[in-house]
Amino acid sequence: MTFFRRYAQHYGALVGLAILGMVLLLALLAPLIYPVSPWQGVGEPLLGPFEDPAFPLGTDMLGRDIAAGLAYGARVSLLIGVVSTAVAVVIGVSIGALAGFYGGRIDDLLMRFTEFFQTIPAFAMAIVLVAIFNPTITSITLAIAIVSWPPVARLVRGEFMSLRSREFVQAAVVVGQSGPRIMLTQILPNTLSPIIVTASLMVATAILTESSLSFLGLGDRNMMSWGFMIGAARTMLREAWWMSVFPGVAILVTVLAINLIGEGLNDAMNPHLRGRKG
Amino acid sequence: MRPPFRSATAGNEPLKTLDFLFQRLIKAAFVVLGVVILNFLLIHLAPGDPAAVMAGEAGAGDEKFIAQLRAQFGLDQPLWWQLVTYLGNVLTGDLGFSYRNNVPVAELIMERLPATLLLTASAFLFSLLLGVVLGVLAAYKRGTLADSLIMTGALIFYATPLFWVALMAVLVFSIHLDWLPPFDMESIGADYTGWARFADIAYHLILPTVTLGLFFTALYTRLTRASMLEVMSLDFVKTARAKGVPKARIIRRHVLRNAVLPVFTFASIQAGQLVGGAVLTETVFAWPGIGRLMFDALLQRDYPVLLGVFLVTAAVVVTVNLVADLLYRIVDPRIEAAG
Repeated sequence: MTFFRRYAQHYGALVGLAILGMVLLLALLAPLIYPVSPWQGVGEPLLGPFEDPAFPLGTDMLGRDIAAGLAYGARVSLLIGVVSTAVAVVIGVSIGALAGFYGGRIDDLLMRFTEFFQTIPAFAMAIVLVAIFNPTITSITLAIAIVSWPPVARLVRGEFMSLRSREFVQAAVVVGQSGPRIMLTQILPNTLSPIIVTASLMVATAILTESSLSFLGLGDRNMMSWGFMIGAARTMLREAWWMSVFPGVAILVTVLAINLIGEGLNDAMNPHLRGRKG
Repeated sequence: MRPPFRSATAGNEPLKTLDFLFQRLIKAAFVVLGVVILNFLLIHLAPGDPAAVMAGEAGAGDEKFIAQLRAQFGLDQPLWWQLVTYLGNVLTGDLGFSYRNNVPVAELIMERLPATLLLTASAFLFSLLLGVVLGVLAAYKRGTLADSLIMTGALIFYATPLFWVALMAVLVFSIHLDWLPPFDMESIGADYTGWARFADIAYHLILPTVTLGLFFTALYTRLTRASMLEVMSLDFVKTARAKGVPKARIIRRHVLRNAVLPVFTFASIQAGQLVGGAVLTETVFAWPGIGRLMFDALLQRDYPVLLGVFLVTAAVVVTVNLVADLLYRIVDPRIEAAG
């Protein structure tokens, strides 16, 4: 209860939650509202916004409904954002936990590995991965996960290192619990708050990365996405501004909402660290 | 922090710096080596024949060229020997051959690299300067309208995909207002020389710099503000205030240098992201750098170029981090060579 009250203290965090709720609803209801595939032309080409009440956001050069594209694009953005973050968190937690708990050589080795992935340019690597393994929803999700886990690993390692020497963990060692069991049942539950905060902000970054990849033509060919719509609108910038403006606003609003939620979570879960970023 | 007695060079500052430099150089070399091995693995993990991957897909490689690649990389040899061959090639500056462009990849990249360095460097300076100024201002005017405006702007640009900012900038400043050129690095056919050419390039640089820089400006603004507020709450600032030192002077003399240094460090670590962003910016503005080259390579499935650009960007980032580390050590001697 206190958690929610602290969260709700932030006007922005509530607004973020409301916006994300609407985007989620739109994503879920897309096939009901727009039963026709967003790839199919349904109206006259290049209708401006509000020119035809059937297509409030206009149509593109093939007569595809922009609004339908936005609804289906929300599915891809949210799906890839959440799943790639989940995968990244699993990788990051595993590596960070092992490094922080066992220390020594294992720690050294795993941290060098992490540093390597943190140093190389993330977006360039994502491009290379998706290009070589062909753009599918799986390869895009995995590529984003592969370039975004290092901060989680570092965070979890730090938490594990400091918790490892605490009495309740020592007690578990004395009782004879195994390493993995201590990590999972004793330490991990105590590191959840910062992991959740970091993960929420990672979803936003993942959505930005996904849209950038599909803007470059590295999107799944079977799924309509916001980045793809903007990429397709590039050559029509002069003739049809609405083709690129609306999908961009959709990305902006969604990412903004998730960032606001992340900040709200940060303040609600780490009250003593208010104002700390990242 | 290592305890001083464990360092063999304790108390000898120049030697310590050399030691540090050496450690960092080795680390940097390992990262680059790691990327080379990663590239090698990708070529072999990719679906299809490694030779076809190296030739670049989409019907680019003819039989003779692929046969030549097989021989050159010893693709019938054991895997470890292939890796040795590949490493040897990269070490001698051979990043493969772009069948599409009919040029060695290394040559293609070196030709394009200066444009990218120019763009990323100017975007870096732009975003760091503006970000620090806005962040300091927001912290100084905390709780006022100016603070809210700055932070709202930062929040918005932090959530905006930079390729979209670039397109919107073209829409407004090039198409509607016709103030700034929407693409290329120089006016075509103008053949300016000397200062006129410099001015022409600077003119073309404005939009790409600002659009690439705004996302990072937002990031640095937020960081600077947070860092300033943190330092402002420290005891020595309270002491200064208790002594009656004017606020502006406290900020200038005491807070600024302590608060801004972490931002610089963070910014230099972020340099890699800037190069990633350059791929998008260069694509929108047809900027003739390696980002644009990467995009063209994507369209043509020209994998040697793609992997080459990836390797070179990693090398650039590693170099920038190395220089930043050294600078940071000179600026702030409290920092020990950590690891």
